[in-house]
Amino acid sequence: MSEPILTVEDLKVTFDTRQGRKWPWSPMKKVHAVNGVSLSLERGRTLGVVGESGCGKSTLIRAIAGLVTPTGGTVTLEGRAVDYGSRADVLALRHKVQMIFQDPVASLNPRMTVREIVSEPTRRFRGDLDPEAQDKLVHDLLDRVGIAQRNFNRYPHEFSGGQCQRIGIARALAVNPKILLCDEPVSALDVSIQAQVVNLLRELQAEMGLSLIFVAHDLGVVRHISDDILVMYMGGMMEKGESDALVRTPRHPYTQALLSSVPVPDPNVIVEPQVLEGDLPSPLNLPEGCLFQSRCPKRQDACKATKPALLAAGGREVACHFAE
Amino acid sequence: MSLLSVQDLAIRFSTGDGTVHAVNNVSFDIAPGEKVALVGESGSGKSQIALSIMGLLAKNAQVSGRILHEGRDLLTLSQDALNKVRAKKIAMIFQDPMSALNPYMRVGRQLTEIVELHEGLGRADARKRAIEAMEAVQIPDAKNRIDAYPHEFSGGMRQRIVIAMALICKPGLILADEPTTALDVTVQAQIMRLLDEIQSELNTAVLLITHDLGVVAGFCDRSMVLYGGRMMETAPTKDLFAAPSHPYTRGLLRAVPNINDAAGELRAIPGSPPNQLRPLTHCPFAARCVDAVEQCRSTLPELTGEATKRACLRPVEALS
Repeated sequence: MSEPILTVEDLKVTFDTRQGRKWPWSPMKKVHAVNGVSLSLERGRTLGVVGESGCGKSTLIRAIAGLVTPTGGTVTLEGRAVDYGSRADVLALRHKVQMIFQDPVASLNPRMTVREIVSEPTRRFRGDLDPEAQDKLVHDLLDRVGIAQRNFNRYPHEFSGGQCQRIGIARALAVNPKILLCDEPVSALDVSIQAQVVNLLRELQAEMGLSLIFVAHDLGVVRHISDDILVMYMGGMMEKGESDALVRTPRHPYTQALLSSVPVPDPNVIVEPQVLEGDLPSPLNLPEGCLFQSRCPKRQDACKATKPALLAAGGREVACHFAE
Repeated sequence: MSLLSVQDLAIRFSTGDGTVHAVNNVSFDIAPGEKVALVGESGSGKSQIALSIMGLLAKNAQVSGRILHEGRDLLTLSQDALNKVRAKKIAMIFQDPMSALNPYMRVGRQLTEIVELHEGLGRADARKRAIEAMEAVQIPDAKNRIDAYPHEFSGGMRQRIVIAMALICKPGLILADEPTTALDVTVQAQIMRLLDEIQSELNTAVLLITHDLGVVAGFCDRSMVLYGGRMMETAPTKDLFAAPSHPYTRGLLRAVPNINDAAGELRAIPGSPPNQLRPLTHCPFAARCVDAVEQCRSTLPELTGEATKRACLRPVEALS
């Protein structure tokens, strides 16, 4: 095991909202989007983050990338803590950490050609290269992700979703980053195209030694690409572990319910989804104790009183008083 | 005797860029009580087929072919006659439950409207039926929730209301257009199980339109695979997954990640979907097919076979 390239400790993100206030001058309410997530990413490995919509998985990586400002916790990149209030620090972070977004078309500027889109970060961050070398880099990157040279002067709307996502990947790689944060990069794509993009990401990871955080709601895809998986619920960590083991023997009741619901493309496998009763807690007003208590089939009094700590055993971290 | 028989259906759209050939001479039958899947990627024409059955195509569409239901061709019916078929005989469940419901109407009214119109029930009886329908789709506290507005429900609950609307007149056929795509997996599992229970209770036929092969495997008796607006293969679901006989179906199944089997690389289908601005003169999959020969680029294969029907010029044994 090598040293981690990125460690996140007790990261918290809250948003102010007007919702639920009595008067216009009442104080803002707080939406608790991410509630204390800790993780570490090792060089060349992939961490998958899964959870249902609204669980804070996208906010988590947007906070790491500095697109939303964390309200608590620390992010350490290559041994140095990142200060999100400092512009120099955030720029240095952008040099090493790049993001790929969910909507491939909306994440590209419609008024720029593909060549301009990919060369912009090159000019900004690769001052060490002379202009010809920068041009060559843009050319090589687009070529590598499978965009033909005759299309370099076209605009994003002239490409399909899969091609736009390839362009987005080329743009992210233009600064020669060490970490790619992927926010649902394939969920907008068709199955046959999705596999192309997943394979491309895996190849690039092997060639360039990238570390990936891969957020998706599709557990099949996450299982396929990830070395480790982190399961989130209501902004908190439920379980984290090596992906094969976690899928085979989930120990947290939420992970168990989530995995039992995944449809399997094999008519001989009978899926018996474990139905979760109860309502989701409001992120404006999180319960004391376990975040999952309102829907948990195993809840007991202890779950209401105290928040279970994330306990590590045998390479697995589980936040449950009654983990199997 | 089939419940619905689609024959030689072709749908074209006139657009600023030219004529889009969305559906190209597709034929299929649905038997009473049968659960059929229509599988395809975006742009394959699967939603347009459902919309054409309901008479809901966009104004710039040109349709040819026949859609036979109870001895009548739905494509030739007037709007008035179609309104007697919609919801009563054939109902539709839409993908996005928020935009399928009227945000200004209480959900109860949206349900009672249907039975008042189709069955001539009075207010009180209609309300009773609406509460029953909401209970049938397992909405807790239906008696009080009936007076709520759509925005007061979660996504999964809204989709249950849309299903209740589709079921309230006990139609013979339900067209479910990506009913769970907008939902989380845990909710998806609940909705699919609910559909399955209701289907076996009422013996309603279901045409499930989806791109998710996992959902198909768990629900449907028979599957039909569309590509480029053309039927590629139709087979009993078990056979389709065990021994896909068309190169496209094979490619699709290899490209799907399986949660129980992470070994090996996903095998992507190279290339991108076809340009549908040109009329179809050869197999639409030929450009991406690993098994294509010269003939595939000049001839349009017909759908042939018994239990398993396939539209491919190459024999099954010759496929890689």
